Amino acid sequence: MNDHWLVRPDTIRMIWIISIIVLALTVLADFVVSHHPYFGIDGTFGFGAWFGFGACVILVLGSKVLGAILKRQDSYYDD
Amino acid sequence: MMIDILFPPGLVLILAGLMLPLMGERFRAPTILIAPLIAFAIVWLLPSGPVLTFQYIGYELVPLKVDSLSRLFGTIFTIMAFAGGLFALKQERVLELASAFVYAGSALGVVFAGDLITVFIFWELMAVASTLLIWSSGGKALAAGQRYVMIHLLGGVILMAGIAGEIVSTGSIAFEAMDTNSWPRWLILAGFLINAGAPPLAAWLPDAYPEASWSGTVFLSAFTTKTAVFVLLRGFPGAEILIYIGLYMVFYGIVYAILENDMRRILAYSIINQVGFMVTGIGIGTEMALNGTAAHAFAHIIYKALLLMSAGAVLYQTGKRKCTDLGGLFRTMPITATCGIIGALSISAFPLTSGFISKSMISQGAADEHMMIVWMLLAAASAGVFLHAGIKFPWFVFFQKDSGMRPSEPPRSMRYAMYIMSVLCIGLGVFPGPLYALLPYPVDYVPYTGAHVVFQLQLLLFSGLAFFLLLNLLKRTLTITLDFDWFYRGLGRVLAREFDNMSIAAWTAFVESGYRAVQSFISAIYRHYGPNGILARTWPTGNMAFWTTALLATYLLIFFL
Repeated sequence: MNDHWLVRPDTIRMIWIISIIVLALTVLADFVVSHHPYFGIDGTFGFGAWFGFGACVILVLGSKVLGAILKRQDSYYDD
Repeated sequence: MMIDILFPPGLVLILAGLMLPLMGERFRAPTILIAPLIAFAIVWLLPSGPVLTFQYIGYELVPLKVDSLSRLFGTIFTIMAFAGGLFALKQERVLELASAFVYAGSALGVVFAGDLITVFIFWELMAVASTLLIWSSGGKALAAGQRYVMIHLLGGVILMAGIAGEIVSTGSIAFEAMDTNSWPRWLILAGFLINAGAPPLAAWLPDAYPEASWSGTVFLSAFTTKTAVFVLLRGFPGAEILIYIGLYMVFYGIVYAILENDMRRILAYSIINQVGFMVTGIGIGTEMALNGTAAHAFAHIIYKALLLMSAGAVLYQTGKRKCTDLGGLFRTMPITATCGIIGALSISAFPLTSGFISKSMISQGAADEHMMIVWMLLAAASAGVFLHAGIKFPWFVFFQKDSGMRPSEPPRSMRYAMYIMSVLCIGLGVFPGPLYALLPYPVDYVPYTGAHVVFQLQLLLFSGLAFFLLLNLLKRTLTITLDFDWFYRGLGRVLAREFDNMSIAAWTAFVESGYRAVQSFISAIYRHYGPNGILARTWPTGNMAFWTTALLATYLLIFFL
């Protein structure tokens, strides 16, 4: 194993574990800080988390649909 | 006592740009570095209010007028000219550097313009200089530059028509906040929006910017769209239509950037996305939202330039720009990768970066006005920014797979430019006070509250989770995505080819019918005069005598009758 330490499987597993812990902590932080919701929905538990995740899933899937229609080979405009 | 300097700061950069090709090579670097510093100093030494005025064709022109908004944009434009110049020191094409400085100077000209005629003059100068900047890199940039200038000249014509109409209907050339209550004003708004990258004519930006050189795109990212944000801030604060246009731009930028493969085109789409946040803020129009827009423009110029510098450094070192060819560069370009990541975190509005302290003010503006849907869409877009620029750009360029390339770090001048911008990104994020003090309205906003920080961290980190879970759907392919420019590149070409075919057919038919006419004329002559033609026969004398007799006989007959 002489590749860069950052791309070794062990390191990547460690990054995933730490990331999941951090993700959990940011959601749990909702118990600690007091939010001042403006609309109601933004006061639900872990709003940023589920809203951000959902928005990204919708954006990616939406882009895929649009891409299926609008994507072309990158030589499309070349002669 | 301070001495007031009454010289337009933009003119310093324009003159420097014009002189660059004329001077010896060893004077170029000092000029490039010192001219923006002089311009920066002038921005801050100018007194407030109308500084220069003169009469021209019966109107009072105000080519130099200073207030807090113009000073804010003047500050960031001159900082940008300095950092961009430093980054471009290794650029050998002097035309590019010269046009970049004229371009930056004209953008400053717009920012300090007190009347619409001055705005228009510098607006057009900016279009010409930026086109030359694109053309200077040659190759594919020539055609892209032509498409670019076509759209900008169209925008200029619309703007000119609007300004002329405004002068006719109000008699005033003053450049102040306007209501959208007359067609000239709508035309002015449309002219401004074309430069902002608003729909439908947005494709000029991702089409042309990535074709400029490794250093040229850095300049391009800063001035045209942000000058448009400036004139919209000054001319149309609170114009409701801008909310919808801005939100469209925000999502247009995200979706196209998600689908894109060219690293600099990803960043170009993300310019439209970011300008969309600003346009939305202008549409909301409260002091909070307008402050947020101005602050976001300031922060955006810095982190977008930083992102394009790191992309430019990769292009300079590898000659590659497609994500499918790149990857794994963090091994040998850790500095470039780190600077790129700082830019990516800033554009994503990560806490402790410049994007966080500016973009959140625009959202706050929407929340204060109880615009729930606008606020939700802006939040979703913030998540999308992290997806398409915040992670996608660094991931596919510096990590992803091992492309096998082991390029070294870029030259010192390019690294220093990236250091400056990185320090500014984090500096503004940690100490927002100085930037807030420059904003047009008093700031009553605290970015770092527990609620703000936790919300933003949740939003961004879970977007990151979505990115890595959906990575299979985000794999890069050797594709482009059709855009509005298809109408003048694809459809236009089909129509041109059809027209070509039809005009060739028409011409052939015309030539053939002419040919036939000439031929039938010739054959008629031949029939009469040819060897067997009636007029070519030898006429016997007897014939003549017969006809003479017949004629005389007829004459005699008539005479007796």
